[in-house]
Amino acid sequence: MVKKQNKLLPLTGNEAVANAMRQINPDVVAVFPITPQTAIAQAFAQFVADGDVDTELVRVESEHSAMSCVVGAAAAGARSMTATSSAGLALMWEILYVASSTRLPIVMPVVNRALSAPINIHCDHSDSMGARDAGWLQLYSEDGQEAYDNVILALKIAEDKDVLLPAMVCLDGFITSHSVEAVQLLDDRTVRRFIGAYKPAHPLLNVQKPVTVGPLDFFDYYFEHKRQQIEGMENVFKVYKKAANELSKLTNRKYPLFEEYKTKDAEYIIIALNSTCGTAKAVVDEMRKQKKKVGLLKIRLFRPFPKKEIAKAIEKANVVAVLDRSASFGSDGPVFLEVANAIHDMKKKPILAPYLYGLGGREIGMAHIRQVFEELPKVAREKKTPAVKYINLREK
Amino acid sequence: MANLKEIAKMPERISGGHRMCAGCGAPIAVRQILSATKHDVIVANATGCLEVATTIYPYSAWKVPWMHSAFENAASTISGIEAAYRSLKRKGKVKKEIRFVAFGGDGGTYDIGLQALSGALERGHRFVYVCYDNEGYMNTGIQRSSATPLYASTTTDPAGKIRQGKQERRKMLAEIAAAHRIPYVAQTAIHNWSDVVNKATKAFEADGPAFINIFAPCPRGWRADESKTVMLSRLAAETGFWPMFEVENGEWKLNYNPASRKPITEFLKTQGRFKHLFRPENAPLLEKIQSNIDAEWERIKKICGAE
Repeated sequence: MVKKQNKLLPLTGNEAVANAMRQINPDVVAVFPITPQTAIAQAFAQFVADGDVDTELVRVESEHSAMSCVVGAAAAGARSMTATSSAGLALMWEILYVASSTRLPIVMPVVNRALSAPINIHCDHSDSMGARDAGWLQLYSEDGQEAYDNVILALKIAEDKDVLLPAMVCLDGFITSHSVEAVQLLDDRTVRRFIGAYKPAHPLLNVQKPVTVGPLDFFDYYFEHKRQQIEGMENVFKVYKKAANELSKLTNRKYPLFEEYKTKDAEYIIIALNSTCGTAKAVVDEMRKQKKKVGLLKIRLFRPFPKKEIAKAIEKANVVAVLDRSASFGSDGPVFLEVANAIHDMKKKPILAPYLYGLGGREIGMAHIRQVFEELPKVAREKKTPAVKYINLREK
Repeated sequence: MANLKEIAKMPERISGGHRMCAGCGAPIAVRQILSATKHDVIVANATGCLEVATTIYPYSAWKVPWMHSAFENAASTISGIEAAYRSLKRKGKVKKEIRFVAFGGDGGTYDIGLQALSGALERGHRFVYVCYDNEGYMNTGIQRSSATPLYASTTTDPAGKIRQGKQERRKMLAEIAAAHRIPYVAQTAIHNWSDVVNKATKAFEADGPAFINIFAPCPRGWRADESKTVMLSRLAAETGFWPMFEVENGEWKLNYNPASRKPITEFLKTQGRFKHLFRPENAPLLEKIQSNIDAEWERIKKICGAE
């Protein structure tokens, strides 16, 4: 049960995440600054300097080395974390695959930021969406509270012996990372009890049982190893539910794979992830007062993608608008593609409407979301998926 | 330092039966280096010949914990492993005294891994980085690296009708490592086991990062006789092509200082990669190589305070 001392604290999203890391007290953390993630690295470094954690902090010279360092540390047998954004994640790219393919349960907050060029420090999801096939779990967070909860939840799932995969916890740059909100922290001991000890099966540091990690793996075995990795990802669903229920008992908050906000009888649904969902909820509330049957489906777990469950959740809607905050140049947005794939073999299915919004931190407000909902009845009448629409963009 | 008899009794940490080429200098380097500590060791290996040819799944030639992650990150990988060791040892979860080694070829060290190496050296992790220098990207098929010597022919800088191989001199990696003011830096070569083991012993016992650049001939890539590996290495030292020195807590010392150096042609003529230099019209190029080596030898001697 939630204890009385777990008061609401005014924390930025980054501070909430850093506090989750403090409570996890990893054996090794690698830090490297990049806006808007930097505040996580700074806050955690202060925890180290003040003796609040007994982590070995490695202040690396790049994100490539940050990921390489935590991969080495995790393989050695240490619970290991780092955090990044944007170009930092891009620089880690190669080693993201090494982490997942070596089955190392590293948890990494990703503070979403646009990719260069042109350089832009503000929020969109190009960074983490580009890494969606890197074999990492991806959890998205509407606000600081969810980012905090997701870090703890992700660690529990990632380290499960049936999963053993790394996990990204995504939160929106500046919008969530730098906004102060009321966040409720669990007490440290509860977190530590929930996550338990990290007990890797074959650590390098067990010199009595030497292991060769990362050998050359050719056409005769590589495919089987990839199949096992796919299996690990498929196992996430059952492990997620168990871990989410367990965490829910401690926090009194719910952790569904996705949140169904007034969707049960909704004719028009918006699908989105991260902070835009907060805005969309406010719009849904407002429109519901005007008797409009609208709802929001907020994706929390994007990798693996719970396609059957999401298909079922939206099957009765007339039109579903899918809001992507990253462009897939030459194709539809990644969230749209997932949803389209999820519903493709349903007999009765909603019409999808693709939207692209918020690149490079372009504002998305209630009026924009309301406009999306107001466009959907026309899509329903025309009975076909329209061309992608750009929200809050100057076309001329 | 242990004598040869004692070294021979040290447990083998890499087994025979791996798939390195006949005559390869790299496994000789590995055996010599790893025979220099009685402690348990954990190895990180950059992508390269040594990595691919010793760990073809489901086989491994390594009798010690070993990890490969990528080409450019052996130094950051070993920093993570060493950080994990520090952390878990402090918490009492690891009891043993363990040493940490990273092996990388010259491509993985001079070039693509230089940033990670510099970072790890500067951060002061207690580890030994060993560059087995065979003067090119041999695993991918003998391409030019920044360790490739002047006028050598490689597949990305071949000798041709108007261009005579690599036009640049190799960089002085050991000096770059020494500029990090780490406790121990050395340059050695596989023909001199006692020099290698002596230096590796110092590197393992240094209280901080240590860097060893070990000359490891690649007969395949150098177009040389694979039965002449050790001779190639010896000639490199005897001609002054590969100075043998160490930098211990900032003090430079020349470890091999012959009364007279052999002419560089003695070394060059043993290898097909320099064959084009022996055409009559290329005589000035040979002179250039010799004068470079003479000047460099004097420079190193001066730094080392040698006569």
